[in-house]
Amino acid sequence: MTVHDMKHAASDSARLEAVGGRLSRVDGPAKITGAAHYAVEQQLEGLTHAVLVGATIAAGKVSGIDTRAAETAPGVLAVLTPDTIMPLNGASDWFGNPSPQPTFLPLVREVTFSGQHVAAVVAETFEQAVAAAALVKVWYDEMPAIVDLSDGKAGDGIPIDAMTKEWGDAQAAFAAAPVRICAAYNTPREFQAAMEPHGLIARWEGDELTVWEPSQWLDGMARTYAEWFSVPFENVRLVSPYIGGGFGSKALALAHSAVAAAAARMLGRPVKLVLNRPQNFTSYGGRAATRQTVAIGADRDGKIQSIVHRGVNETAVDGMWVEPLGSVTSIMYATPNFSSKQNVVRVNTVVPGAKRAPGENPSAFGIECAIDELAHELGIDPLEMRLINYAEQDPHAKKAWSTRQLREAFAAGAEAFGWAKRSPQPRAMRDGHQLIGWGVAAGTYPVRRAHGEAVVRIMADGSVVVESSSIDMGQGTYTILAQTAAETLGVPVERVSVKLGDSHFARAGVTGGSRLAGVMTGAVYKAAGQALDELIGLALSDTRSPFQKLQANTLQVRDGRIASPRGEGPEITIAELMSAVGRDHIEAKGDTLPASTTPEERYKNYTTIAMSIPHTEGEYSRHSWCAHFVEVRVDEDFGTVRVSRVVSALDSGRLYNPKLAESQWKGGIIMGIGQALLEEGVVDRRHGRIVNGNFADYMLPTNADIPDIQTISVGIPDPHSSALGGKGVGELAIVGIAPAIANAVFHATGKRVRDLPITLEKLI
Amino acid sequence: MRDFSYLRADSVEAARNAAALPGAMLLAGGTTLIDLAKCGVAEPSTVIDISHIEGLAAIDVTADRAAIGALAKMSHVADNAEIKSYFPAVSEALWQAASAQLRNMATIGGNLMQRTRCPYFRDPQNFPACNKRAPGSGCSAIGGVTRGHAVLGVSEACIATYPGDLAVALIAFDAEVDLGERKLKVEDFFLAPGATAEQEHDIRPGEVITAIEIPGSAAARRSTYIKVRDRQSYEFAAASAAVGLELEGDGRTVRDIRVALGGVATKPWRARAVEDALKGKALDEETVRKASELAMAGAVDHGANHYKIALAPRVIARAILKLGETA
Repeated sequence: MTVHDMKHAASDSARLEAVGGRLSRVDGPAKITGAAHYAVEQQLEGLTHAVLVGATIAAGKVSGIDTRAAETAPGVLAVLTPDTIMPLNGASDWFGNPSPQPTFLPLVREVTFSGQHVAAVVAETFEQAVAAAALVKVWYDEMPAIVDLSDGKAGDGIPIDAMTKEWGDAQAAFAAAPVRICAAYNTPREFQAAMEPHGLIARWEGDELTVWEPSQWLDGMARTYAEWFSVPFENVRLVSPYIGGGFGSKALALAHSAVAAAAARMLGRPVKLVLNRPQNFTSYGGRAATRQTVAIGADRDGKIQSIVHRGVNETAVDGMWVEPLGSVTSIMYATPNFSSKQNVVRVNTVVPGAKRAPGENPSAFGIECAIDELAHELGIDPLEMRLINYAEQDPHAKKAWSTRQLREAFAAGAEAFGWAKRSPQPRAMRDGHQLIGWGVAAGTYPVRRAHGEAVVRIMADGSVVVESSSIDMGQGTYTILAQTAAETLGVPVERVSVKLGDSHFARAGVTGGSRLAGVMTGAVYKAAGQALDELIGLALSDTRSPFQKLQANTLQVRDGRIASPRGEGPEITIAELMSAVGRDHIEAKGDTLPASTTPEERYKNYTTIAMSIPHTEGEYSRHSWCAHFVEVRVDEDFGTVRVSRVVSALDSGRLYNPKLAESQWKGGIIMGIGQALLEEGVVDRRHGRIVNGNFADYMLPTNADIPDIQTISVGIPDPHSSALGGKGVGELAIVGIAPAIANAVFHATGKRVRDLPITLEKLI
Repeated sequence: MRDFSYLRADSVEAARNAAALPGAMLLAGGTTLIDLAKCGVAEPSTVIDISHIEGLAAIDVTADRAAIGALAKMSHVADNAEIKSYFPAVSEALWQAASAQLRNMATIGGNLMQRTRCPYFRDPQNFPACNKRAPGSGCSAIGGVTRGHAVLGVSEACIATYPGDLAVALIAFDAEVDLGERKLKVEDFFLAPGATAEQEHDIRPGEVITAIEIPGSAAARRSTYIKVRDRQSYEFAAASAAVGLELEGDGRTVRDIRVALGGVATKPWRARAVEDALKGKALDEETVRKASELAMAGAVDHGANHYKIALAPRVIARAILKLGETA
């Protein structure tokens, strides 16, 4: 089946189980009944429990650790410190670059952020480990810490030349433009805040390590463990059948993972280590705090002449994270002159990491607020402003868009929202004490592509098994791969069981950057096609097959029954054929790699991100697109902002399962509401420590904060983006929500809030 | 969490005897005690489970008086039809407190014993200095992150905000807490920190809260609780107000008014200056807003919580005007 054929099968009227059908999550019943066992819920013989001791300073040295009281506490098996934990080998980074340090100590003597792990206690029970961990005494030589981007000691940071994007003469064109705006936009440190905490169970059997750990990247994490402990990659098995939310945070094996695996090796017993909630705010990085300056020069008719953009994000003292702040700025609008540059500033924090749409998310906050400010300055409707400056091709790559249904998104969203009724002036709408505002913003996310492989096995009873070491963290992998296999093979979807989350299955790269669905549907489509070919080949050629005498060229399979296309001859089930030809299974392993790929390249493809395919490869620039329309109500006395309506029109290409895509979009929109109004990691400037590292004080939206959300799919199949025509879904919808809300708050109140989150004291 | 002894009391008398033991703490709904034990603030040597004592969960309400047993659940009181009729501010305060799960577990007596959400108080490992936990050790909050801290009733020893909602409504209507041998005004049960931040309640070893009594009044019948916060649910108040209003026969002159504040003070805070300024006055927006400002006399901010001084009077005014409009 070609993409063109698929297009006709893609409507919502398609059969539930077909690709494009609104099948409910196949893993849903197991999750809501508690039958789904998450990684750290495994019950193992002889399991021990580890608890970490975190640094109470943000910078300095550990000058002494007294473990005596902890060692003699009930049930304690070991107290690990930088002096007693086994040294590990430095592991390569996620590009596959070797570690600059030959050894890696997951417990540190040199402290570079508050909460960094300095010791660990392993005991027979969790309670004993907690009690003993409190008895470990640590002394420090404290040094002055650089708390955050506004710290006087932070400086301008390090220029990241690879982030520079320039064409034309942006400075001169800005200076010459008749209308100019320039403003600074800040986003705070934010956290992924998954419900399921990070944690793992590690068990050694000889030189073989099994790790049960929530993972967005089994093969990548297995590689890291293998390198840390100098064992072959094949000796490490990662198991992660379900993930209780990752949002970018669960793609890497981290220091606490190393502590547990080292403790298990040292003790010769399995070790369970789960980060407590405050440790989930200090043991791995959330979204880096960012600052941007956006300057736009335009003609009086609204045509942009120049964009000058400068960005800064925080990174760690001992680790590098670049949050690409010019990513949306450089592609959203057509401009003849452009300049974007970025610095990173080292502060005393755990190294920041990926959180849903890293780069694009804060980037859009800058440019999508700035365009609104320009529209207001010019007295042009902000939606019209976006259409005046619509980019007909990728302004940076100078390539055609593969597909860009953004104009359609603006039109569909505006129509559903009733945008035409908006009065241009701020403070024009009110309901009692509530000022009402409408805002719009666009979003985008690149189509990140990679290669994947899958095993499809047709069993003797006609059922089908799909295996992949990719994962499902709630986005629907189990479901869409079942749909893909069912449609390709012509079997009912309930006869397909999808097995994920075991690194001994067929390999997969990272689940991140909204790439997995496109990669894995392609791999399953290919593997299932190979299995089908073998099945039909057997049916046509095996002497024991009832079809052998037909002399037909091909057969078709529908609802698990095999027949000739014209209905001649017999019709039998797959099970009957398998029985007739004496096969207990047919197995095909399909991958999307070129046939010439070497084993080394295959390993690199799945265990690093070095072989990801650029979204601007070849003739096209590939992105998902969206337009958000938001209504807010702001209490004029209290400054409280509530989002009362969201209409978003989105172009994710073809949807493999519209029901699940809509859920992901809504999840992104909800997370964006939290980002706009609530989320902020608050740091005590004297101690360099997050003080709201828990779910009561780190504000996430509740159901009461979320209005009805309408999503509209405006995508069309994009053959340049994936095998089946889909583009990215998971990250797209969060991009642009925060600026849409900020723009709506301006429309409601006349106040521009350029620092997220928009909390009440900024409006009273 | 360290090891402790667990005792189950089957009578109030047994609970009182056990509560007199050194290091003993009472367990009812557990929503505060277990939380504080997990973060290392509460380290009881003995936990006395009073949740099985019979007869302490009754809710008896007439127009003249509400008597609420200490073990009544927050959600039951909030949903009680008579409470809604005669003490709407009490029901509204409870509905806006915590989350559904917590309200289903937490008890009324335990609610009065709820501790502050000051992040420095709650993190002994990283912030050893806290006069509430360790008298004389100092206050880590002063000079730190203070957005949620109190502006009224603060001292150099402590600026921690009293976090609850129910008690704000209770003190507006002169409720009493029954400790067995003693009954005292809820307003007096809570202590401002002064130089003794560790003493939050006037409760003595061996005393057990058995009930709360609220006298009925016209002002209690016409009352409301407004809670302002960044998040619509499951968040402590940036500022809140419990207000009760009784008007003269003309429908606009104030005969009786009760005003109490939450989220801005170290204890549930009665704003008598506002009440006095409005008694006998005709309600109009300007008068109400001006009088509401009086609540903040003596307010002291620590930077990030400055907004509370502007916000709290607006919350009071909104509540008064809302009640006035329903005449």
